[in-house]
Amino acid sequence: MSIVTPERQGRPAGSLTERRPLGDRGFQVLTLGAGLLVLVILVLIAVSTSQQASSWFSTEGTKIFSNDWNPAAQKFGALAFIYGTAITAIIALILAVPVSVGVALLLTQVVPYRWARPIVYVIDLLAVVPSVVWGLWGILVFAPWIQHIYSSIGSGVSGVPVLGPLFGPPASGASFFTAGIILAFMVTPIVTSLSREVVATVPAIDKEGAYALGATRLEMIRGVVLPHSQGGIVGAVLLGLGRAMGETIAAALVIGSSATITSHLFAPGYNMPSVIANEFGEATGVFRSALFGLGVLLFVFTIIINVIARAVVQRSARRGRGA
Amino acid sequence: MAPAPAPQQKVDLREPRSWRRSKNRIVTTLMVLSFVLVIIPLGFVLFTVIVKGAPVISASFLTSSIPPNVLPANIGGIGPAILGTIEITALATVLAVPLGILGAIYLNEYGGNRPVARLIGFFADVMTGVPSIVMGLFIFSIWVLHFGFSGLAGAFALGCLMLPIVIRSTDEMLKLVPNSLREGSYALGATKARVTVTVVLPAALGGIVSGALLAVARAAGETAPLLFTILTVTTANPNVFSGANTSLPSQIFVNASSPYVGAQGRGWGAALTLIVIAFILMIAARLVTARFARFAR
Repeated sequence: MSIVTPERQGRPAGSLTERRPLGDRGFQVLTLGAGLLVLVILVLIAVSTSQQASSWFSTEGTKIFSNDWNPAAQKFGALAFIYGTAITAIIALILAVPVSVGVALLLTQVVPYRWARPIVYVIDLLAVVPSVVWGLWGILVFAPWIQHIYSSIGSGVSGVPVLGPLFGPPASGASFFTAGIILAFMVTPIVTSLSREVVATVPAIDKEGAYALGATRLEMIRGVVLPHSQGGIVGAVLLGLGRAMGETIAAALVIGSSATITSHLFAPGYNMPSVIANEFGEATGVFRSALFGLGVLLFVFTIIINVIARAVVQRSARRGRGA
Repeated sequence: MAPAPAPQQKVDLREPRSWRRSKNRIVTTLMVLSFVLVIIPLGFVLFTVIVKGAPVISASFLTSSIPPNVLPANIGGIGPAILGTIEITALATVLAVPLGILGAIYLNEYGGNRPVARLIGFFADVMTGVPSIVMGLFIFSIWVLHFGFSGLAGAFALGCLMLPIVIRSTDEMLKLVPNSLREGSYALGATKARVTVTVVLPAALGGIVSGALLAVARAAGETAPLLFTILTVTTANPNVFSGANTSLPSQIFVNASSPYVGAQGRGWGAALTLIVIAFILMIAARLVTARFARFAR
């Protein structure tokens, strides 16, 4: 996955109306078909999942955004899951973005090339660990361990304004915050590698100019690197957000599976992908349709975020070239 | 990129111990610290998986059938899950890699700057961001509802995930093939299809293969698209085209939610197996890249 696209070189373009051998034109049609498959699949995803979700949309109407989820009583309001998705994704980004940008700057501005490669390998290793392994580790090792930390923080801030409602008890190992931390581990490699790509495009001459004026490395980064790569880093963060919202299995194991809206970050919660993963097997009728509907909402949210991210990146890349 | 020292006597012209230099040092330390923060969880996970998984793994663990969850970890194994993962991932690769390469050929060789090519490129990027669980729901609604659970359905879902990744990585590699190679072959009178297949593709083969291997590594570890497409049974199913199947990631998911220590133990063993498979694919991708880089010189 790359977000920095160099301009395509002009190639002799094939026109289908030109007089060319049949096999040659056939091959072009074949490749076009394979390319169009991407658009076909995206359209099919939208159509088929909304079709399955239609009975949820029609029976619940605007109540799909209510905070009332009770499958036994045929109540399917999805607000708690949307809330959980937003909260866990925000926690993940708050934790992951400073670290990722820090590592990206470390790789490109500080360490020499021969040290950068092993660091990149380590980041790649992080990306290779499957999400279900993060989930397994999260629920069996990490959650029981961090529960003690949650409890001590909770008893410390209990009753304090702002902090109390956020970090006060109840403290559960499987919670919004644990899910956010695990998602942060999974988002870090993506945000790191994308922002590294962007930061690496800063022209060396600009950086040397800043050094020649007597800037320290920090001043050079603030004056040259960050303004130049702002848009790209924002794009990378948005792509990380899309990933954090859609990541399913790790969150499903560590989030605690409780459809509640609460400001308490250490309390068990639920988010959209994990409720689909956990409940789909037993669901029938409107229940199943509601889970499909959550999938549609998730699809729409992630598509919007991805489109914005790509647009931001492309605009900043154009501006970067123009300047 | 520290300021170069003067060649003979070291004359430091920088301000001594200014706040500017301390700030610089603090921020550099923070950057190193952020890398340490990345290593700690990674080290922890790998350490735990190896310590808890290695004692479970043996030849019989890798081949014998999946026992009921209540039994201790030294009984039974994960044979059917390994078989399922190999079947389903291989089928997904066969479906997605050729289509992805063809799509990338269109983007790079035929499409140029045409609107349709730009649209496909843009949406291939967007498709990499579609959550894997949505792919599972998608295949469930168009395939499983009509034809039932099967390894094939799982392969479709994994293939949908791999397709945009393969398109993007292949596209990057095709961009690197020098135009002079293409022009040389056109000058010899070759058609565009022939140039693409016999000159451009071989020149980019190393990068294409390593990109495909990374896509396979990613797909082999995916659970969410398989949950609603293969059903995750405990019996081995050598027929990938029909009947419910199982896979390593979905088996780990089931075992992770189990309260039994034995099932959790087998989960750790399966996790170690899965990570080893992913690492082997990643290392293979690096070796292919290195091999072809040498070949190209």
